[in-house]
Amino acid sequence: MSAQRGDILLDIDDLSLEFRTFRGAVKALNGISIKVRAGEIVGVVGESGCGKSVTMMAAMRLLPKGSARITGGAVRLFGSDPMKLSERELQHVRGRQVSTIFQEPMNALNPTRRIGEQVIEVIRRHQRLSNAAARQKAIGLLRDMLISEPERIMQAYPFELSGGMRQRVLIAMAFSCEPKLIIADEPTTALDVTVQALILSLIRQKAVSTGTAVVFISHDMAVVSQLCDRLYVLYAGRVAESGTTASVLAAPAHPYTRALIRCLPGLAAPKQPLEQIPGTLPDMLNPPPGCLFRARCREADERCVEVPPLSAIDPSRRAACWRRIEETEAA
Amino acid sequence: MNSDQPLLALEDVEVRYRVTSGWFGGADVYAVNGVSLSVAEGETLGIVGESGCGKSTLGQAIVGLTPITAGSIRLKGADRAQSNTHIQIIFQDPQSSLDPRLPVWRLITEPLHIRGGYSRTQLIDRATELAVSVGLRPEQIDRYPHEFSGGQRQRIAIARALAVEPELLVLDEPTSALDVSVQAQIVNLLLTLQAQRKLSYALISHDVSLVRHVADRVAVMYLGQIVEAGLAQEVLDGPRHPYTRTLLEAVPSFERPLATIAPRAGELPSNRKLPTGCYFRDRCPSATAGCELPQILKAVEGARTVRCHVVTGALEAPR
Repeated sequence: MSAQRGDILLDIDDLSLEFRTFRGAVKALNGISIKVRAGEIVGVVGESGCGKSVTMMAAMRLLPKGSARITGGAVRLFGSDPMKLSERELQHVRGRQVSTIFQEPMNALNPTRRIGEQVIEVIRRHQRLSNAAARQKAIGLLRDMLISEPERIMQAYPFELSGGMRQRVLIAMAFSCEPKLIIADEPTTALDVTVQALILSLIRQKAVSTGTAVVFISHDMAVVSQLCDRLYVLYAGRVAESGTTASVLAAPAHPYTRALIRCLPGLAAPKQPLEQIPGTLPDMLNPPPGCLFRARCREADERCVEVPPLSAIDPSRRAACWRRIEETEAA
Repeated sequence: MNSDQPLLALEDVEVRYRVTSGWFGGADVYAVNGVSLSVAEGETLGIVGESGCGKSTLGQAIVGLTPITAGSIRLKGADRAQSNTHIQIIFQDPQSSLDPRLPVWRLITEPLHIRGGYSRTQLIDRATELAVSVGLRPEQIDRYPHEFSGGQRQRIAIARALAVEPELLVLDEPTSALDVSVQAQIVNLLLTLQAQRKLSYALISHDVSLVRHVADRVAVMYLGQIVEAGLAQEVLDGPRHPYTRTLLEAVPSFERPLATIAPRAGELPSNRKLPTGCYFRDRCPSATAGCELPQILKAVEGARTVRCHVVTGALEAPR
């Protein structure tokens, strides 16, 4: 199956999911819809607890079986439902067609084995290559990550490398099987800004040259704005707003997106109070009816007791806010 | 006490320590290598740099949590050890800096409890007052830290620091563990408290936009040295030192496309073995003859000091 640019690789449709805890079921996702097409870089942004990681983990079926329960909606990953695949079929999809890059590069590498062995293992697990051929491929991949002496790095153990170097190794591994989709979950959050800039430009270059789609999960609006073609802003397990990066940043439609951008210190006059979002996330054990941002929203009115559907407000954008929906209908 | 002495003055402060790890014995870590700086009353000094640049060690040295191996730290002209000026520190992670077994009122008044001489009622009254001043509700002081969100815990940590009426707060990445909307609340609280209480802050952060927002002056650190210092907006809007430029270009921004950073500029050298000459030489895009010599921090114009022989007095044309 060769993906054409524009094919939908990942289609998350109205997905709801809860975690069972001793206090009751935490409604982590409340109808999330995300589509990722071949070759595009999609940002998923939001604050902690908004469900950005859980959504992607659920789509990859990486959540622990007992505690997480899908209560509605569907996921299609490369046209099939990951929840219905056998473990063997799933193994083929993960790694070969989709791969992941996580936040902590140290946890993703085996500390007792050399970098080279680990990269070669990943390559040979999914591709019919001799050890020597896999080795050549590994060195080439590390070189693409601008690692200057790949042969030496192949011999090193993870602890001998810096955080940025380890993350570059993991990106090389993620791209090693030429996946059609990479899910990167806060891959630069643990790194310094100069290293982050390098990692982001490597991900972007490699994704563009190989045509791999990337889902980039982040809490940092500025990072996402620099990297992604499109973005989804999540709040309390729902999509608040989605659209092309340029249109969302130029004129954020959802009050939550607006507040999220305005509360950043870089945009305010020095020493002036920053815009803050009053209150906290609703209790996800018993989420209130209607729009989940209602209690913290300064534009909320009586319509907001009903859940606003994610609706097109202009050709490049969708928002889940009654105000914007009304304005669009009026126009 | 002399009133024109700055509240805090560091002179040629060095912090070295020995780590004993592995099979090869110890190694010396050169964490802070000759830092001189000052903080005036009511002023905020931002200390910016990447991980491993020594900014947190410097903060700990200021409050006395880490011994200094050379140099001096003076408060209002008196040696830190002899001074009765109070300094407190706020750490990054309010989860691990609050004792989970103590109720909030006890946590907040812990410094007073240690000082001694207060009755339980006095402590509770003081805790209530402090809790309200950082935006907590009076009835919340009987609860335990785990019942609070990250932002509220940071408020508790701030209330505890205020208990001894400090004149200087060292803020070590105070909002790095928080979501941006909560960060805004804490930043606003810090600005309000500073205005109300004439506090001085030493704000240690990797977040350039936060420092630009809060600080009056800024010092940029690299491998335990200050490489550039001056008025916060001047330095951060028009960096002169090549490192400051590299750092600022890498900061994610809504206004710029993704920066292309050369990989050699991406990795910080080890602080186990200091480079000779300019510490930034190996990563510097404009390294040239003369960089093999040790660099001094020299005044270039106005309040600006830069540790680079290439940078000369006159401002270059804006790029």
